[in-house]
Amino acid sequence: MHTQTIAQLSQGLKNREFSSVELTQACLTRIHQHNPALNCYITVTGEQALAEAQAADARIARGEAVPLTGIPVAQKDIFCTDGVRTSCGSRMLDPFIAPYDATVVARFKAAGCVMPGKLNMDEFAMGSSNETSFYGPVRNPWDIHTVPGGSSGGSAAAVAAGLAPGATGTDTGGSIRQPAAFCGITGIKPTYGRVSRWGMIAFASSLDQAGPMARTAEDCALMLQVMAGFDEKDSTSVDRAVPDYAVSLNDRLDGVRIGVPREFFADGLEPAIQRLMDEAVAEYRKLGAVIHEISLPNMSLSVPAYYVVAPAECSSNLARYDGVRFGHRCDDPKDLFDLYTRSRGEGFGAEVKRRILMGTYALSAGYYDAYYLKAQKIRRLISDDFQRAFQSVDVILGPTTPSVAFRLGEKSDDPVSMYLSDIYTIAVNLAGLPGMSLPAGFSGHLPVGMQLIGNYFTEERLLNLAHRYQQVTDWHTRMPAL
Amino acid sequence: MSLSVENVNRIAWLARLAIDADKAESYAHDLSGILDFVARMDDVDTADVKPMAHPLEQIQRLRPDIATEPDQRECFQRHAPRVEAGLYLVPRVIE
Repeated sequence: MHTQTIAQLSQGLKNREFSSVELTQACLTRIHQHNPALNCYITVTGEQALAEAQAADARIARGEAVPLTGIPVAQKDIFCTDGVRTSCGSRMLDPFIAPYDATVVARFKAAGCVMPGKLNMDEFAMGSSNETSFYGPVRNPWDIHTVPGGSSGGSAAAVAAGLAPGATGTDTGGSIRQPAAFCGITGIKPTYGRVSRWGMIAFASSLDQAGPMARTAEDCALMLQVMAGFDEKDSTSVDRAVPDYAVSLNDRLDGVRIGVPREFFADGLEPAIQRLMDEAVAEYRKLGAVIHEISLPNMSLSVPAYYVVAPAECSSNLARYDGVRFGHRCDDPKDLFDLYTRSRGEGFGAEVKRRILMGTYALSAGYYDAYYLKAQKIRRLISDDFQRAFQSVDVILGPTTPSVAFRLGEKSDDPVSMYLSDIYTIAVNLAGLPGMSLPAGFSGHLPVGMQLIGNYFTEERLLNLAHRYQQVTDWHTRMPAL
Repeated sequence: MSLSVENVNRIAWLARLAIDADKAESYAHDLSGILDFVARMDDVDTADVKPMAHPLEQIQRLRPDIATEPDQRECFQRHAPRVEAGLYLVPRVIE
């Protein structure tokens, strides 16, 4: 069962070929077998999952099922789950049992999904390799000596290895798309505001956005259907109707204009990835799309601007972890200052500390204009580049990452080199646009991801393009040998 | 831009963040590297560019001034490191 897509499993449940309890049991068995080597899950909620599966089977029997009823969907450990530890990959929240469900979690529960557990991630979603997790790194199932990407590395590795048919992720600078690329799966970061952030632990509030990670675009469409929509509890949630993403999946691509930005094919791109992108472009031509070369001239400034905006917002968001109301508290504080500083010093890992320091510095008196304000101006230039491009093309296509998955430890001593692994994904967050990654081949034994970027609220178009590509290619059906 | 160990300690104080004394040097090195990297932003003249605070240029939504959340103090305090009689306990701040 672990090789099937959500769409196939959903059909199987509907046809009573197997029950949700059987499916969930199979998923838990697979987690039990392979999680020790891969470390995808921080918490496995087996008992609860089986109870949810029983409820799903009853709902199916009553004829009240919706498409995802009875399907296991694992949650990134950044989403609050009522009564279940929500660690965000940090020692700070290791003791934290969330007292409520995030809106995303509540929506999956309402659809009758089963949660097998909580997935490993970079600490507070700050990382591109899953090596910053307090619970240890996740291994890439294609090669356990390489990283799965991050920050949603547990989600990507779990789906790739068949330890969950679908998983949630969050994407602040590429944290859905980059691990999806490294692990050979499909993931979409929706338009900022499309999916509620309520109950999703904040990293950089003007960039964070949740999205689905699964094997296929069709599965992502099914999951996004559950996740997307207005939520009055999130002040930046957008009140706009959600289209039926499944309806347009098979739309023909005749005349669709695809832009290929020359800045995405500059120095630093692995030649094998360049070749696979050329092949993907050729597939789209065969499907009727028209290809245009475009330019996004300020692209190279996206990573520098991001590493001001994101740490600044992080330093502010993470001020709440003070050792008083929840989370880690140091032993025997001698005064209040000692309580704050030592609880935070012990609770946060090195990368989170770096970003808090960077953000605090960028926002401190006398430096605001030089850093934060400057970065917000660059952000405008990058966003304007995209809007200019979208006057002549419908979708932008390029690689998701400049290289395939790198080896564990390869970049962990050099923050800037680690940051540059998100060079093609970060601009999308700064502009707030939707972007997705889907498998486009292999370089050696490791998967390569192709990125599709659309204008605001064009998720259905991206899913349509990805689905059509997956109808004529089989990269998304490949699974690692475990 | 190069940060000294003193700079790092000052920033850490502002952030209420204890950092190990033997790590301050390495934070100074890493942060200086990151600051050099973000200084690439200065290559572009942005004098006439309007800063973009938010991707969708939204206006903050308003809602009627009605209480929507019930009192959940007991539930929330179950997860607190130290509480007593409904209060969060911290070291004495007034002598």
